[in-house]
Amino acid sequence: MQAVTQQVAGEALKGFLARYDGLRARLPGNADVRDAAAAVLRERGFPTPKDEPWHFTNLRPITGLDFQEPIGDTQAGADLLSLLPKVEGPRLIFIDGRYRADLSVLPEGLEVRSFAGTGLFGALTKPERDRVVALNTMLTEDGIIIDVPAGFDAGFLMLAQLTSGKHRRVASHPRHRISLGADARLVLLEVSAGIGEYLNNPVIEIAIAEGAHLTHGRLQQDAKDAFHLGTIYADTAANAVYDCFSLALGAKLGRTEIHARLGGEQAAVHLNAAQIMGGNQVSDFTTAISHDAPNCPSRQTVKSVLTGKARAVFQGRIEVARIAQKTDGYQMNQALLLSPDAEINSKPELEIYADDVKCSHGATVGALDPEQLFYLRSRGIPADQARMILVRAFLTDAFEAVAHEGLRDVFEHAVEEWWATTGKDAEAPSA
Amino acid sequence: MLEIKGLTAEIDGKEILKGIDLTIPQGEVHAVMGPNGAGKSTLSYVLSGREGYEVTGGTATFNGVDILAMEPEERAAAGIFLAFQYPVELPGVGNANFLRTALNSLRRARGEAELDAVQFLKQARAAVKKLAMSEDMLKRNVNVGFSGGEKKRNEILQMTMLAPKLALLDETDSGLDIDALRIVAEGVNASRGPDFSALVITHYQRLLDYIVPDHVHVLADGRIIRSGGPELAKELEAQGYAGIIGEAAEAA
Repeated sequence: MQAVTQQVAGEALKGFLARYDGLRARLPGNADVRDAAAAVLRERGFPTPKDEPWHFTNLRPITGLDFQEPIGDTQAGADLLSLLPKVEGPRLIFIDGRYRADLSVLPEGLEVRSFAGTGLFGALTKPERDRVVALNTMLTEDGIIIDVPAGFDAGFLMLAQLTSGKHRRVASHPRHRISLGADARLVLLEVSAGIGEYLNNPVIEIAIAEGAHLTHGRLQQDAKDAFHLGTIYADTAANAVYDCFSLALGAKLGRTEIHARLGGEQAAVHLNAAQIMGGNQVSDFTTAISHDAPNCPSRQTVKSVLTGKARAVFQGRIEVARIAQKTDGYQMNQALLLSPDAEINSKPELEIYADDVKCSHGATVGALDPEQLFYLRSRGIPADQARMILVRAFLTDAFEAVAHEGLRDVFEHAVEEWWATTGKDAEAPSA
Repeated sequence: MLEIKGLTAEIDGKEILKGIDLTIPQGEVHAVMGPNGAGKSTLSYVLSGREGYEVTGGTATFNGVDILAMEPEERAAAGIFLAFQYPVELPGVGNANFLRTALNSLRRARGEAELDAVQFLKQARAAVKKLAMSEDMLKRNVNVGFSGGEKKRNEILQMTMLAPKLALLDETDSGLDIDALRIVAEGVNASRGPDFSALVITHYQRLLDYIVPDHVHVLADGRIIRSGGPELAKELEAQGYAGIIGEAAEAA
């Protein structure tokens, strides 16, 4: 244990712990919760590839760096807002991990509280197991707390986490809690973006009561020198739906980790994702779905489009408890490699204790089909556009899983922008 | 006018075309017939710029411009269209979108204004009607789940919409029943005119009953061994390729 601690206690951890010691008295919420999280980090440090859930993703590029406290750059506000997708409607804006009432547009008929104002930690996170979440728990300053009343359709809401690492390398740790009362509905678009070098480390706790429906779109467009470590815990009651689509385009190193629990009969969980990466980017989508009740479906289609030397990871764990008979689990991992140096790592894990279940998983890896490419070009479509058409076609059924049209438009637009700025140039035209 | 002189080409080091000389004047329809393995499809692929075919000698110009140095999309913009023997399926790509993208790419390359969705649909619907196709085909993914006949009709739909100056029809008759064959042939005949030439590649004479060519060429072992009028196709039907190839060998 001693040796491990020394090995992982890099600059980042020392800085974070020192910052906690300095801030401890001023941070909101129960100090015992934070102290426990700090103790986990002090004893065990950040995860390393020796920890199985981190086998494919090494945090060394982050742990070796020294992160500063955000200075609350009010000037950066306008620059950062320009990074947001162009969608109308209510928006809750965070800059450097702090809520900015002056930039936000509150949703109608919905009470929004801040973590800074309430200090309410939820009960769903597991910082003792998930040490990236322990870091968030220890240092978080702010977040939103939303309770959608039973039977209320809250419509669309954007939650933006913007970070400016323009002047110094900063880390932000927003901490959100969202709960939907019985039969309530909400469409949430969570956006991460920023400038410069920084760590964005958001945690969201989600509780969906009976018959309620949360559509959760995640758009990770963090800056190319940034790091993204996002963790979500979602709990569904009977007949509730958690429908999540996560699109990762940004960050030098990014990981989205989702723990979803089906806690009542006929609940449904969809954890779909697309990871579109180039250069030396690394993107990790790790999920754990717990079937804790009978008759629940879970669905996952994860698509990766990789160019350059990019690498993507999809780890999908499905646990079916003894009680969860008639579970219907489906998991598909598909990767399109646009360059010979791109790499996909896939690890499905099924742990089944019930005897009457249907769980399937599959994986495919391929390149663009030269026949299809020639067919398009022979019709006059230029090579780069032909490639884009095929990449988009590859992503089609992933995006079709996004039922909300507004969200789908945001995702499709983000992919086209990526192609125009990054993807197109990332691959040399074929001879 | 398409002018091919001394064209030689190989795949994976194996010589397939061994010196093709062929001229198709503007407005004419020529048929190339030949046994399997003669190089018929290779000729169409070399002319349309498919990867994997290496031109080792000779020239091919279209209206005086060297096409062998062009990218496939540039050849399309120059007015060359290949109707595929095996049309490619594009899952996730809608047929209407594909057609509109292709048409507007060509228009852009030629400095013409692009068509908006309404203008395009009007044209597409008219073409679909003319080819006795169901409008449903525009909504489906390109060639996905199409029958053999539907795929070939979809090729002709594309040809009709893209209005090429030179169409290369690679065994368009293969896999077609007689009704589909007639519709496909009518589609080609409707395109005929002073600004349209075609190279009709076929194994059987049957298609040439419907698309009557101005000239017929017999391709065997990478060379054109005989050329003549439409009656040459009938002769082939009667004698078989072996007879004609035998005659040509004797003459040489």
